[in-house]
Amino acid sequence: MNKALGRKIRRYLPELINNILKLFVVLLFLFPFYWMFITSFKPYAETIQFPPTLWPKNFTLDAYKTIFSGMDLTNYIKNSVIVTATIIVLQTVVMIPAAYAFAKYEFFGKKLMFAMVLVAFMIPGQITFITVYIMMAKWKLLHTLLPQIIPFGANAFGIFLLRQNFLQVPEEIIEAARLDNTPEWKIMTHIMLPMCKSTMITIALFSFVSHWNAYFWPLVMTDSEKVRPLTIAIERLKDLEYGINWNTIMAGNVLLVLPILVALMFASKRIIQAFAYKGVK
Amino acid sequence: MNAPANRRRWRFRKESFLPYLMVAPAMAFLGLFTFYPMANLVYLSFFDYNLVNPVKKYVGLRNYQTMFFIRRDFMIALKNTAVYTLAVVACLITLSLLCALWFQKDTRLNRFAQTAMFTPHLIAMLSCAMIWSWIMDQNSYGLLNAVLELFKIPPLRWLNSSQTAMLSVVIVSVWKSIGYYALVIMSALKSIPVEIYEAAELDNTPKWRVFFRLTLPLLSPQLFFLLIVITINSFKVFDTIRVMTNGGPGSSTDVLAYYIYRYAFQHFKIGYASAAGTVLMVILMILTALYFAVLGRKVHYQ
Repeated sequence: MNKALGRKIRRYLPELINNILKLFVVLLFLFPFYWMFITSFKPYAETIQFPPTLWPKNFTLDAYKTIFSGMDLTNYIKNSVIVTATIIVLQTVVMIPAAYAFAKYEFFGKKLMFAMVLVAFMIPGQITFITVYIMMAKWKLLHTLLPQIIPFGANAFGIFLLRQNFLQVPEEIIEAARLDNTPEWKIMTHIMLPMCKSTMITIALFSFVSHWNAYFWPLVMTDSEKVRPLTIAIERLKDLEYGINWNTIMAGNVLLVLPILVALMFASKRIIQAFAYKGVK
Repeated sequence: MNAPANRRRWRFRKESFLPYLMVAPAMAFLGLFTFYPMANLVYLSFFDYNLVNPVKKYVGLRNYQTMFFIRRDFMIALKNTAVYTLAVVACLITLSLLCALWFQKDTRLNRFAQTAMFTPHLIAMLSCAMIWSWIMDQNSYGLLNAVLELFKIPPLRWLNSSQTAMLSVVIVSVWKSIGYYALVIMSALKSIPVEIYEAAELDNTPKWRVFFRLTLPLLSPQLFFLLIVITINSFKVFDTIRVMTNGGPGSSTDVLAYYIYRYAFQHFKIGYASAAGTVLMVILMILTALYFAVLGRKVHYQ
């Protein structure tokens, strides 16, 4: 009897320890988000209490009331949504013909131009912002949302990814369509695109994540409250006149994080596959 | 009789013109917002130019001279960036490789852990930085200090001490990206043929030996890519620094991108900031060239 138990323990114990350690790792990555949510529901006094409470003793929405009354939140959310949505639409319109040409046409200078696309992918905003800012100031656009949108018109990575996908579409299909006198734009939109739907969704997803979360670019490209996005507004919560209130700061971050967490909850498998694919290429 | 020939020639011309039309918008955007700014950055770096007084004065290499030999702060920022990059690269490569091997098997717990580890990658760096600033609050009610208190360790000042500030920033950066890089390594692991492992298993080769003799060499091209990608991403670090430390305390976490931003948008010295930007650009170009050189070789081998 005892011997059997001992054998059982010896057999399952390593597995158990392994799993407990794994759960600890999970906790390490999820607990900060839990902490954000929990803090946002605490009153200020409870955030500066020792020891910190793992669940709010006095559950309150004060922090949310403060940010909703303290600033024009709808304006910031509206800006974030408009900027992100417009970028995705603009990139799609610019990207499809470019990727099609790079995949299915031979023309002089193609290699050079494609190399330029790849190089552009590696150049961050931290290099280009000075000149772009001067340009936007000269064009008198700094009081509009355009400086946050048009510099991202060409999505170098998207062009690359979509081209790879277009290359896989068999030449015969296109030839057949051409013999039927189908115009090129219709081949592009009615034959090629439906075959690359999942790549398109993947690219839009990357764009959404990177521009909804963007902080550096709007920080340097916005001169007035009217055009600032949510990220900048939330960063400003840090220097309100009455010192650091972690509960309001966390409430602001909940608003910023929520759309992405909801998306992840519903489509985690798909999203993770998309990012793994991006990494391999 | 002539009509069809004419038509064919016209059509030929139209078709050779068409691809240019198709790539034109994309190339226009890239030219205007990536390549022209790069060239202009180098050009501006030779001028004394600020946003307050819009007269450009040519000063040759004086901005570079000031940067490298007169002001101390640039070399400090460059050194900090290098330290940050080295720490992040070392931690990310080893830890994500470890995690990839550990969570590789397709079980329910592992899948859940992968999702959990990956979550921060989708969240704004801003939010990650703010959440961790709160967790690393220097007061006793900061979560991390409260945990230390449990083990009777005296509280640390984390972001408020020049000794721990850089470490704190590195922790956040590593925490944010580890799940993503683990995922990338996992998909690379999947591409290694199973037969190789089966052969090793038949020979009863010890596990650590399989790792060092088989897995690591087979993975090394992928790891090298990651190395360059992480280095590039680390050299342009900005959000964490700006949100968590503002380059401080003192200048202990001042980094290149933050330095450029500060000189351009707080001191309005566009010419000088451009010179610093040019240095960052040269570093990134070298890394990019390295990336494509290796990519070319890898394709060649296959």
